[in-house]
Amino acid sequence: MATDVETRIDTKLNAGAKIPFKWVIPFIVIGAVLPFILGGYATFQGTLIMIYAIAILGLNLLTGFNGQFSLGHSAFYAIGAYTAAILVYHLDWPVYAAIPVGGVVCFIAGFLFGLPALRLEGLYLALATFALGVSIPQVLKSSHLEGLTGGVQGLDVFRPDVPAILVDNFGITMDQWWYMIVFVVLLFMFWIAWNLINSRTGRAMMAIRDNPIAARSMGVNASMYKSLTFGVSAFYTGVAGAIAAIVIEFVAPDSFTFQLSILLFIGMVVGGTGSIWGAVFGGFFILTVPNFAEEISTGLSYAIFGIILILVIYVMPSGFAGLVNLLRVRIKKIL
Amino acid sequence: MDLFLQQLLTGLANGAIYACLALAVVMIYQAIDHFNFAQGEMAMFSTYICWAMIAGGVPYWIAFFATIVVSFIGGLAIERIIFKPLHNAPVLSHIVVFIGLVAIFNSFAGAIWDHNIKTFPSPFPEGSFGGLIGLHEVGMFFVTLLLLFAIFCFFRFTRVGMAMQAAAANPDSAGLVGIRVGWMLALGWGLAAAIGAVAGMMIAPIVFLEPNMMLGILLYGFAAAIVGGISSPGGAVAGGFLVGIIENMAGTYIPAIGSELKLTVALILIVTVLLFKPNGLFGKTIVTRV
Repeated sequence: MATDVETRIDTKLNAGAKIPFKWVIPFIVIGAVLPFILGGYATFQGTLIMIYAIAILGLNLLTGFNGQFSLGHSAFYAIGAYTAAILVYHLDWPVYAAIPVGGVVCFIAGFLFGLPALRLEGLYLALATFALGVSIPQVLKSSHLEGLTGGVQGLDVFRPDVPAILVDNFGITMDQWWYMIVFVVLLFMFWIAWNLINSRTGRAMMAIRDNPIAARSMGVNASMYKSLTFGVSAFYTGVAGAIAAIVIEFVAPDSFTFQLSILLFIGMVVGGTGSIWGAVFGGFFILTVPNFAEEISTGLSYAIFGIILILVIYVMPSGFAGLVNLLRVRIKKIL
Repeated sequence: MDLFLQQLLTGLANGAIYACLALAVVMIYQAIDHFNFAQGEMAMFSTYICWAMIAGGVPYWIAFFATIVVSFIGGLAIERIIFKPLHNAPVLSHIVVFIGLVAIFNSFAGAIWDHNIKTFPSPFPEGSFGGLIGLHEVGMFFVTLLLLFAIFCFFRFTRVGMAMQAAAANPDSAGLVGIRVGWMLALGWGLAAAIGAVAGMMIAPIVFLEPNMMLGILLYGFAAAIVGGISSPGGAVAGGFLVGIIENMAGTYIPAIGSELKLTVALILIVTVLLFKPNGLFGKTIVTRV
C-alpha cells in the first residue's frame, strides 16, 4: 500500500556510497582546476551545479537513506536563502557568516517539521511536504511579512569584493572565487554525509528505511532518527539556498516555487537515489538539460525535457549511480 | 447569512471540480497503487480533443463519448508502451516518468492548439439556481455522483473490478489465482484516463480551456483524495467538497488570510486532518503483517 514509496527503493544502490578513496582524488583535482580553464559563464554554471548538488544530497539523505518522501524541499531552500538575504540586507552581516546560519535555521525548521511528519508515511507525507512547498512562496509574498522579506519584489544581496591579495597576485575573478568557496563547501558537506552514512547513525537511518518494524525492535529510536534526518536534510538544502541567494545576489518568492522541489526530486532520481556522489550528476542534469531542451525548440522545450527524462529513466532506471555500479560489476566480471 | 450561503455554495461548486478529479485520482490509485501525477495533464489533453471535435462540427454528446473512448485507449496505450518496460524500475523512477509525461502533454497541447484561452461549451442549460449557484455546477455535481455510483458498482459487483483491486493490493497472489496483472494495470490506466476526461470536460466550462488549466486543480484533487482516504471513492468526493468549502470559508471569514493565503490555510487544515486521521477521513486502516 502507501508505504511502498518508502520500502521499494533499489537496495543495490547502497554500494554507491562505497567508492574507493583513490577515485575521489582525481575528481577533486578536476573540480579544482575547472574554473581556471572554463570561461566566466561556464564557471558560474558550475557553481550553480554544485549548489544544486548540495541541495539534492540533502533530499537524498532524507529519501534515499531514510525512506521519507519530500516534495517540499523548495521550502527549506527558500528558508535558507531568505535567512541569508535578511541577515545581509537588514542586519549587514558578512555574507560568509550568513551561510551556516541559513543552514542552522533550516535544521531547526526541518526538525520541527519532522516531528508531526512522523505520523505520516508515503503519500501522506508527500502531501504534507507538498503543502509546505506550496505555501512558502505565498507566505513570503504575504503583506504581513513585506517589511522583512520585501514581498513580491524580493531582496537584493550584495557580495563583497574578492580579497585584494588574491586579485593582485592571481587575478582571481568573482566567479572563480565563489566557485572555489562553493567547491570547498561541497567537499565538506559530502565528507560529512559520507561519514554520517557509514556510521552507527547512518546504519540506523537505513534500517528504518528498509524495515521500520525490525529497526524499532532492534532498539533504534525511529522517531528520533527520522526527525533528526529531516533536520539534517533541511540543513543541507538550507545551506544550498543560502549560497544560491548570495551567488545570484537576489532572492524573490517566485524562485522557490513547487517546481524547484520537482527539479530537486528529478535530480535525486536521475543522479541515483541513495547515492552520495550521484547528487553531482543530478545537479548537472537539472541545470543543463532544461537549457539544452530550450535550445532545440523554444515552443516544445518542456516536451523535449519530458522525453529526455523518460529516455534517461529507460537507460538508467536506478539513476546515474546505478548505471555506474552496473558497469563496474560488468567490467570486473570481464577482467 | 446570505453571504454564508453564497460562500457555502461557491465552495460546493469548487468542491465539485476537485471531487471530480479526486475520483479519477482514486481510480488510478486502486489500479496501480500509486499516484499518477500526469492525471491532470491527461485530462486536459482529452478535453482539447473534445474541443477540437466540437469545433469541427461534431455534436456535443457524440464528441463527449468519443473523447471518453479515445482517452480510454490512450491511457491503455501509455501503460503498455511506456510503463510496461519499466515494470521493475524503482517507484521513484516511475514518478519521474510521470513528471516527464506532464511536461510532454502540457507542451504538446500548447503547440497543437496554442496557448490562448478557449471557451468550452457546457451540456447543461445556462442560468443559475436562485442566483446562487450556476446550473452547470449543479449538473456537474450530479455527474460526479453518477460517476461515483458507477465506480462503486464496478469495483463492488463486477469480476473485472474485483480483479483490478486484487492486482493492485497483492500482484503476486493475484497472478497465482489467474488474474492477468499486467492487463489489469493497463485497464486501470484506461479507466482513469476516461474518468479524467469526463472531469476535464466538466471542469473546462468553468475554468476555461488552456494548457495549464489543470495544474492548480490537480493539487486540490490530490489533497481531496488524501483527506477523504485514498482507498475510498466516496471519501474522495466528500474530501473534494470539504476542500472546496474550507478554502472559500477561510478566504472570506478570516480577514488576515484573504485570498492571498487561502491555499496555504486549506493545505494546513488538510495536514492537520491527516495528523489525527493518518488514513484520511474515510479510509481503511491498513494493517501490515511483519
